Amino acid sequence: MPARRIVYLSLPAFATDRVGRKQPQDELGPFATVITSRGRRVLMAVNAPAQAAGLAPGQGLADARALCPRLAAAAHDQAGNARSLAAVADWCLRYTPWTAPDPLPATGIGGDAGVWLDISGCAHLFAGGADAHGEAPLIADLTGRLGRAGFSARAAAADSPGGAWAMARFGPRSTAVVPPGGYHTALAALPVAALRLPPATVEALNRLGLRRIGDLHALPRAALEARFGDTDSGHVLKRLDQALGVRAEPVSPGNPRFGRPLPPWRARLALAEPIDRVEDVEAAVGHLLAELCPRLEREGRGARRLELMLFRTDATLERAEIGTSRPSRDPAHLVRLFAEALAELAIGPDAGEGIELIVLEAVVTEPLAPAQLVLNRRGDLSTAGIGPLIDRLTVRLGAANVTRLASHESHLPERAVTHRPALARAADDTGCGDRDRPVRLLRRPEPVRVHITGHDLPDRFDWRRARYDVVRAEGPERIAPEWWRANGLGDAGGPPRDYFRIEERAGGRFWLFRSGDDWFLHGLFA
Amino acid sequence: MERLIPNPTEAATPVFDGHVSDGARAVALLRARLAAMEGLATPDLDGGENRFLSFTAVAGLSGLADALPWPGLPRHALHEVVAADPAMAAASGFCATLLGALSQRAAMPVLWVTRSLTLYGPGLAALGLNPARLVVVRARRNRDVLWAMEEGLRSAALAAVLGEADDVTLFASRRLQLAAETAGVTGFLLRRSRSPSQTPPPSAAVTRWRIAPAPAPTDQSIAVPRWHVELLRCRGGRPGHWLTDHQP
Repeated sequence: MPARRIVYLSLPAFATDRVGRKQPQDELGPFATVITSRGRRVLMAVNAPAQAAGLAPGQGLADARALCPRLAAAAHDQAGNARSLAAVADWCLRYTPWTAPDPLPATGIGGDAGVWLDISGCAHLFAGGADAHGEAPLIADLTGRLGRAGFSARAAAADSPGGAWAMARFGPRSTAVVPPGGYHTALAALPVAALRLPPATVEALNRLGLRRIGDLHALPRAALEARFGDTDSGHVLKRLDQALGVRAEPVSPGNPRFGRPLPPWRARLALAEPIDRVEDVEAAVGHLLAELCPRLEREGRGARRLELMLFRTDATLERAEIGTSRPSRDPAHLVRLFAEALAELAIGPDAGEGIELIVLEAVVTEPLAPAQLVLNRRGDLSTAGIGPLIDRLTVRLGAANVTRLASHESHLPERAVTHRPALARAADDTGCGDRDRPVRLLRRPEPVRVHITGHDLPDRFDWRRARYDVVRAEGPERIAPEWWRANGLGDAGGPPRDYFRIEERAGGRFWLFRSGDDWFLHGLFA
Repeated sequence: MERLIPNPTEAATPVFDGHVSDGARAVALLRARLAAMEGLATPDLDGGENRFLSFTAVAGLSGLADALPWPGLPRHALHEVVAADPAMAAASGFCATLLGALSQRAAMPVLWVTRSLTLYGPGLAALGLNPARLVVVRARRNRDVLWAMEEGLRSAALAAVLGEADDVTLFASRRLQLAAETAGVTGFLLRRSRSPSQTPPPSAAVTRWRIAPAPAPTDQSIAVPRWHVELLRCRGGRPGHWLTDHQP
């Protein structure tokens, strides 16, 4: 099994960069985000011009304004930061299928953020020239693109998440890649703060003369665990082992795909010139499908779910997903489905930056025999050639709205017919026609006001703001509740229903029932 | 005006050479020629029958056999059914009967684009529409109804498409009519009339019907559907009025 390789992308000025990057660089003035702490307004994050003016996080806003009157300030929006960071993590999917935002700290001062990338088996795409692994070019590409998009960024690759974190935040700028197995030497020179420890612990270690990670190696582990092993100290030994890759560390339980094997059905298309027209995107999707579909065919598979990722030049990502009712590897059909899905996205010359990379992935595939294009003459739904039509309808209207009627064994009329997905497999149990049943059945019986004189049948009733005079009635047909299903669903345990077919003066025919003393309209006869 | 219908095979087109002395014959020839241009002629090459659904074969609607100037209901066309009652029950039954017959003839499924999921299988089956051959699509917006209808009409894998669309412009109905002609899928627009006297604005449909429930005769169960069927408009035909009983 190849070694795991992790990249940590450090975004040290994320909170201010994400606001300031929309403005031209030369107009960028000092800017800070502010929180209110104990009734006092305190700088949370500052950008480079503010830093140059002598401001630092933790300073009071009033003091900062005195130092730098031009300072622009905005509320520190942690939820917005988290959303933005998730978008950047998504955009990082261009390098690997597994990325996760480093959770933003709930407390503490500063506007930094980070993203994890698991690049195991992905970096070779960037290999070339002197670099056989491709990790250094990948990192250069990653930080370069983010830099052009307005984020200051550093990144480092290592065998463990902890090692990558330490190198990206504290390592020398010259080493972005720690070669497999090269930690002891690389990490030993870093300060102990690189172990992701609380500030108090770092201070305590420093007081003991333990300034560098290498100093900790020399200590007996038992002593270290006894003194700094608790939660308050931040589990120094555990963090050390994680940085060294001795102890496994799950990076993000929030992203279920992180750490899974590379999905095999993936095609990518890098564009020399960014594109922004829907037609161009569709053409590019056609190219990708032309690459992917023959591969699926060779393996005897068809796609059930496909995901399209469109990477913009400003480090944002658009996604479109389609599903098919049955496995398919027909490029023309799949392109049409994507055309529907793309229409929902904001793509166009006026909607954001151009798209420079497109990745298509068949997320779910199923076996599909080579010769499946036989049209069944019987024309029933399970086999007819309406699959492509069902797919198009489903993409636009949703699976719940493209259905067929399936009969169900139940006495209650509303339970006897259910709506099932249009191509779901079902026995040929459609039931036979029943003249005692209406053509339309209301989803829920609607109460009606009845007027009864003399006998027990209504003379007239009011339904949906109209009055109907009853001229004839046939019935009753008693339908008892399904007492064995009395599970609190209301009607299951109610009184029995007496159904009547009722004709009103103009000839309209209705299906009414009496339940106790109340009357309901349930269906309409043709 | 644009020509909506591609000319059918030239051999099937009657020729008017301009030298016919008999006036009635000339008019008949011109009528036939017009019908051919509109795709409603009876080309005798493929037997003609295939382009029409004969009413005599439809259980419950055999009384309409002479209603139209053709051997039956044109299959490559859009038809409009106006419901007289707000719940559209009788008109739904009328349409279900036609859809069932078309589906059975072609051995292909039909698509019903509805606004609400209220269609009930056992009742439809009693009118001859097999629920196993019915795809029910719910579209909440009017334009989605029209879009789904057009998708269905352009797919050659269906026998017929019905859409419950309240608001159909002349342009939209022309698109649907064209799609129905091209793929040979019968289209139905099921619409409500806002009031008994008012009928919907004109459309490009080949026929327009109005369906109202009729009181049952005293010696007949009210489970037997009885409809006032009114032909409001028909290209090249005369309006008419019928009473149908859907006897089992």
